[in-house]
Amino acid sequence: MSIDGQSTPAPDGSVSATVPATRRAVIVGGNRIPFARAGGAYAKSSNQDMLTAALDGLIARFGLQDERIGQVAAGAVLKHSKDFNLTREAVLGSALSAETPVYDLQQACATGLETVVGLANKIKLGQIDSGIAGGVDSASDAPVVVSEGLREVILDLHRAKTLPQRLQILSRLRPKDLAPLAPGTAEPRTGLTMGEHQALTTAQWKISREAQDELALNSHHNLAAAYEAGFFDDLMTPYRGLTRDANLRADTSKEKLAALKPVFGRNLGADATMTAGNSTPLTDGASTVLLASDAWADARDLPKLAAVVDAEAAAVDFVHGKDGLLMAPVFAVPRLLARQNLTLADFDYFEIHEAFAATVLSTLAAWEDEEFGRSRLGLDGAFGSIDRSRLNVNGSSLAAGHPFAATGGRIVGALAKMLHAKAASTGRPARGLVSVCAAGGQGVVAILESL
Amino acid sequence: MADTYTQLVNSGLGRNLAKKLGLPQPAVLRRYQPGQPLVAGPVVVVGDTAGADKLAAELLSWDLDVRRHAVPAEKLGAIILVLDELEHPADLEKPVLAAAGSLRDLRAGGRIITLSRPAAEATSPEAAAARQGVDGFLRSLAKELRAGATGNGVLLADGTTPTSASALGAITFFLSARSAFVDGQFLAVSTEDGSLPADPERPLAGKVAVVTGAARGIGAEIARTMHRDGASLVLVDIPAAGDQLASVANEVRGTALQLDITGADAGRRILDHAVQRHGRLDIVVHNAGVTRDKLLANMDQARWNSVININIAAQLRINEALLESGHLGPTPRIVSVASTSGIAGNRGQTNYAASKAGVMGMVRASAPLFASRGGTINAVAPGFIETEMTARIPLAVREVARRLNSLQQGGLPSDVAETIAFLASDAAGGINGEVLRVCGQNLVGA
Repeated sequence: MSIDGQSTPAPDGSVSATVPATRRAVIVGGNRIPFARAGGAYAKSSNQDMLTAALDGLIARFGLQDERIGQVAAGAVLKHSKDFNLTREAVLGSALSAETPVYDLQQACATGLETVVGLANKIKLGQIDSGIAGGVDSASDAPVVVSEGLREVILDLHRAKTLPQRLQILSRLRPKDLAPLAPGTAEPRTGLTMGEHQALTTAQWKISREAQDELALNSHHNLAAAYEAGFFDDLMTPYRGLTRDANLRADTSKEKLAALKPVFGRNLGADATMTAGNSTPLTDGASTVLLASDAWADARDLPKLAAVVDAEAAAVDFVHGKDGLLMAPVFAVPRLLARQNLTLADFDYFEIHEAFAATVLSTLAAWEDEEFGRSRLGLDGAFGSIDRSRLNVNGSSLAAGHPFAATGGRIVGALAKMLHAKAASTGRPARGLVSVCAAGGQGVVAILESL
Repeated sequence: MADTYTQLVNSGLGRNLAKKLGLPQPAVLRRYQPGQPLVAGPVVVVGDTAGADKLAAELLSWDLDVRRHAVPAEKLGAIILVLDELEHPADLEKPVLAAAGSLRDLRAGGRIITLSRPAAEATSPEAAAARQGVDGFLRSLAKELRAGATGNGVLLADGTTPTSASALGAITFFLSARSAFVDGQFLAVSTEDGSLPADPERPLAGKVAVVTGAARGIGAEIARTMHRDGASLVLVDIPAAGDQLASVANEVRGTALQLDITGADAGRRILDHAVQRHGRLDIVVHNAGVTRDKLLANMDQARWNSVININIAAQLRINEALLESGHLGPTPRIVSVASTSGIAGNRGQTNYAASKAGVMGMVRASAPLFASRGGTINAVAPGFIETEMTARIPLAVREVARRLNSLQQGGLPSDVAETIAFLASDAAGGINGEVLRVCGQNLVGA
């Protein structure tokens, strides 16, 4: 048996019966709770509360009560130590069978997409017949880390036997030890936040303020239009009084966005273009996606929207400044498309996660650059450009918000529905590309195809 | 929601106080629990017609304790007056006075049921007078009953027998605790259609039912009751109520469909969901409804239109889509929720009452359409029901509204749900185009 999942021909040319033939992994549907701004409607909700709510909405939509799912995979980026078994606890609190196994995963902002890829691969290999992928994050209920001084005192106190010993240990405490360390989005190896990193990339690719604001405006208008059309009626279950993403500004305008002051890259002077309007805010929320084999879905009369075709991960050396922190998808997509013998022209929809408007634009600029294509992607010229009318057509993270681990599930659920509808209306298969950048210089990308 | 007054007058001190002061003394009603006996004591079948004999034999075959004549001083569960062959008002005397002698022996929560023929179908003035006489007799008798006992009548169309499936279905419903808050009402059985359930504990087994407005209140209770009775459920509510809808759906092991029923394609989407996910669609309960109360002088277009659109226009559109689809099961059942406001009117509810009266008109006119497809369409008209909505009525008004019926209390959502579940069952196949009130014989209205 080979280790790369390919069937190995036996010497006589037949395929060994012990190696399972791969089969299709289909997306049945998705469910998420509306995304809230940090400190807003979900300020008092834990990761476990939100993930359970997203699961319960999915279970209700598809009648999965008491069902033993092959595996549930989910995770959070900002995770309390008490959440060590977060996904299992959420499943136990849901209407699923308690005999449903789970695993937790953490791959920064790519967590949600990676759970889809992982479970789809297991389905393709015949290891499981059904899976629920998901993710959750709370920027409000974030774990607070105490200072190293306080932590050492607490641990020593725990080990102390006598009262004098305890008093002696307590006397070591200094006022500065009591200040908690706020969770940040700074990269441990550079000390720069994600926004500061992107500001460098933005300047490098000469992405204009106007282009960023236009992308942000489209995100809000597209998301608002999708709500008006009822697009989210079967993708979302309200939670804690929220029925729509709280970050959505349906009435925002070019002028309003242009009036905002830059918040990242201010040391770049005139090149500072990234504002609160074209950057995603910290967000709370959760999402889930139901995956299955054809047989499992058919046996339960469940819809089949799209198939998970293939996926690719990449990472860049942002530490030494070789590439921008959020540019890994720039390398992942060409590798994936080459493997699948596809070009950018073969896609009906592109879902490029809007960590920042400039991230999307930098990615597109890199793909359109001949020199970059030759020197970094090993191509004959530019990788290509995309039809902008196919990009994030129902809004993306700038308007919806971005609870880190929940973004992948949001995109996959929505894209699967869009592809299915597109194929139904045109009578031919539709294809979609998902691209999610992540902290640590990583990126995960995937191809979905309509059913 | 709790009717604290009823709790008070059913406790030791409160009971004595209420008695001395001559205050209303509402009884705690017996309500249906699975496994409970159909009726709490012997059943006396009064009447000397062939129909009475056949009915008594049928009930005896169900292992009920059946009497043809009351034994003096024996406590009774129910008295059934079989009046299916009345020719003249004078014919009432014998059965009515026979029942009179047993009234004091009726147990708490006992049942009086009349079986008679509709006056409209009578061929002589004398017969019509006798048949119509049952109406006034029964409604008055129901008001004399105490301790949670109720009186209801079954109107058997000429040609249908007291032992036809739906006659037995209606009698069973009225005998049982499922009809706790149905009082002083007549239910017409017009055909011999219908069949009694194989398992009386699960009369909706194998059925796929859609309930609109299922996220909370009466709708959620309808879902629970129909789940208990064996139905597979599709629960519908507006997307904004999706979290409560999901919670009810997970409780009753159904599927949640977030949908605005006023959408042009709501009927098709309901049908698609039910057929794709559950293989069929047998029952639709039109429960979704809103109030936007204002005196007519202060009524604006938005209030008027939203109530008409949600409460009746949407039902008409969905029914049309269901009828046109050709995808309904072989014995489809539609049950709509009307209101006694639509019968008696209610100050500040012109829009609501118009919509709910509209539901009754729709049900009567749609009956032949559904009959031609082997189905039925009926409505229930709740009176004062203890819900989140009525809990917001000011206390004094609420107290008065609660006591204005023969049972001197508000009904529970489960009372409405039980009646709907009965009308949705196979046993109600001969009942079509009817509006059954669930109001404890409220003093207003018909």
